Amino acid sequence: MTYAPEVRERLETDAKEIIGRYPKPRSALLPLLHLVQSEDGYVSDDGQEFCAQMLGLSKAEVVGVATFYTMYKRKPSGEYNVGVCINALCAVMGGDQIWSELSEHAGVGHDETTEDGKITLERLECNAACDFAPVMMVNWEFFDNQTPDSAKQLVDDLRAGKEVVPTRGPGRLCSFKEASRVLAGFPDGLAGDGPAASGPSLEGLKIAKANGWEAPAGDEGSVNDR
Amino acid sequence: MTQLTPVLTKNWDLPNAFTVDGYGEYAAAKKALSTDPDAIIQMVKDSGLRGRGGAGFPTGMKWGFIPQNDGKPHYLVVNADESEPGTCKDIPLMMANPHSLVEGVIITAYAIRANYAFIYVRGEVLHVIRRVQAAVREAYEKGYLGSDIFGSGYDLEVVVHSGAGAYICGEETALLDSLEGYRGQPRLKPPFPAVAGLYASPTVVNNVESIASVPSIVTNGADWFAGMGTEKSKGFGIFSLSGHVTRPGQYEAPLGITLRELLDLAGGIREGHELKFWTPGGSSTPIFTAEHLDVPLDFESVGAKGSMLGTRALQIFDDTTCVVRAVLRWTEFYAHESCGKCTPCREGTFWLKQVLKRLEKGQGTEDDLTTITDIADNILGRSFCALGDGATSPIHSSVKHFREEYLKHFEIGGCPFDPAASTVWGKA
Repeated sequence: MTYAPEVRERLETDAKEIIGRYPKPRSALLPLLHLVQSEDGYVSDDGQEFCAQMLGLSKAEVVGVATFYTMYKRKPSGEYNVGVCINALCAVMGGDQIWSELSEHAGVGHDETTEDGKITLERLECNAACDFAPVMMVNWEFFDNQTPDSAKQLVDDLRAGKEVVPTRGPGRLCSFKEASRVLAGFPDGLAGDGPAASGPSLEGLKIAKANGWEAPAGDEGSVNDR
Repeated sequence: MTQLTPVLTKNWDLPNAFTVDGYGEYAAAKKALSTDPDAIIQMVKDSGLRGRGGAGFPTGMKWGFIPQNDGKPHYLVVNADESEPGTCKDIPLMMANPHSLVEGVIITAYAIRANYAFIYVRGEVLHVIRRVQAAVREAYEKGYLGSDIFGSGYDLEVVVHSGAGAYICGEETALLDSLEGYRGQPRLKPPFPAVAGLYASPTVVNNVESIASVPSIVTNGADWFAGMGTEKSKGFGIFSLSGHVTRPGQYEAPLGITLRELLDLAGGIREGHELKFWTPGGSSTPIFTAEHLDVPLDFESVGAKGSMLGTRALQIFDDTTCVVRAVLRWTEFYAHESCGKCTPCREGTFWLKQVLKRLEKGQGTEDDLTTITDIADNILGRSFCALGDGATSPIHSSVKHFREEYLKHFEIGGCPFDPAASTVWGKA
């Protein structure tokens, strides 16, 4: 099976734009694989063939790269990629319990998808939000400070098609395909959603302000003085 | 009492901090572009800024290694692949204040005579990527990027590049391979990126926070920056407190502040508990205990006590936490993320994981402690890159500080701790 002509044409237009960003075409391979996921929901055989053709690579070279990176799905996966951080800190803070209860609740394990095609569960390594532990990610949006109950509710809501909003992020949750398109470098216009920072991100600043602490004053003009 | 010094975090409470309106009009870049590039490099050298991505290499010196008038294109690559367990500073920085990074990119690229810069952001942080993309786009619209910036005749293109899930790509040469469209595996050094980096051309790879600190140095002067911190670890940095503290979060302070001081600000260890162990700079830095509360958190002092300042990722664990369990988790992480290129790391992390699993279940023997430290000895210094070395830090340091706790596991044939007690919702 190959892409229908109109799909192929659309993908080629996008691919050429991606390739045009880089001094050397091969640098476009990672974003091209994200683009494939935005079309197919995973790195399909057709998609890898498409990348190879666009970049003049062998398919083996493309597969070699696609299999190295964990964000590239090797098989069709859910509309929502639900991850639970189980690295040491989140695990200790409750991530282990969240994982075991959520996995049992959803009836799927790591890298498995629910029968309705809605949810793929994933055990995540550190996602750089440790001050919000325990952390979950849905389609790579932050769902901070989770509990086993909030995690199960989240998955139930996603499966029921209810509106779900990330704790730090846009006002609506994108599908996995939509998210992949942003990763390929095509903005979705949601960057302005949500606060600049919230919760733990502001703790230090709040204390500094309450105490009137600031960095020392600088000397304007020092560059020109040199 | 050391006071906090918000610089990079100063505007985070503005709702529009991530726009030019909330950040400012790139006055530092404008100033820099009317200055001799070598003077910028000298200024950053004089400031004493050292890499904020963990290794602490002097930033200005790194820039100075780029050969000039060599006829080759030069590149700036920002390492925004923040993935070290515990490290969570660059992500909120790019979410709240991406223009400090973009402005730093302009100044840095100008100083090293690069006309192309890449911001390699880990892929698993969608909203952060949106914010960086939007900041770059806004900078183009304002004329801060593109051709003839501020009428200086200087041209710069900036590309935001999303990674795809690989901790190893935080290693600078693996990142370059990944950016070139290959599997992200580290390269043999030398040649160093300054000589043969991206596309075999001279390349500077710098951490997000390092680059974002540059505009403030240009604005306020090298002496201003050097006036903060300690003699050899100058300036400020973001300290990230996580785990069993009352108020986890980001605390921007001069280097040399202590964990005791930071914990005072953060409301201490969660109520009813005491500090058991902590990492000064992520999981790859050997763990400390309560006896290290007063160690100044600068490169030299932390090093002298047998660990590393790393990324100032202070993961705090209280007395409910099983150290063997934490070390197992970190070890599983390194085994998962080992790129497979070199044998000591690939095989060593695999076997460490197997033995630790047995130990945690209380099925090991005292000999297993010798086994894991032997394996770690055969990884440390024998691996291709720092990932393998990092994997040995939790092993060696936990056996050193908590040997008795390992022994307890096989004395009682299981873990002596209740994992429920260490959770956020666990009873005090």
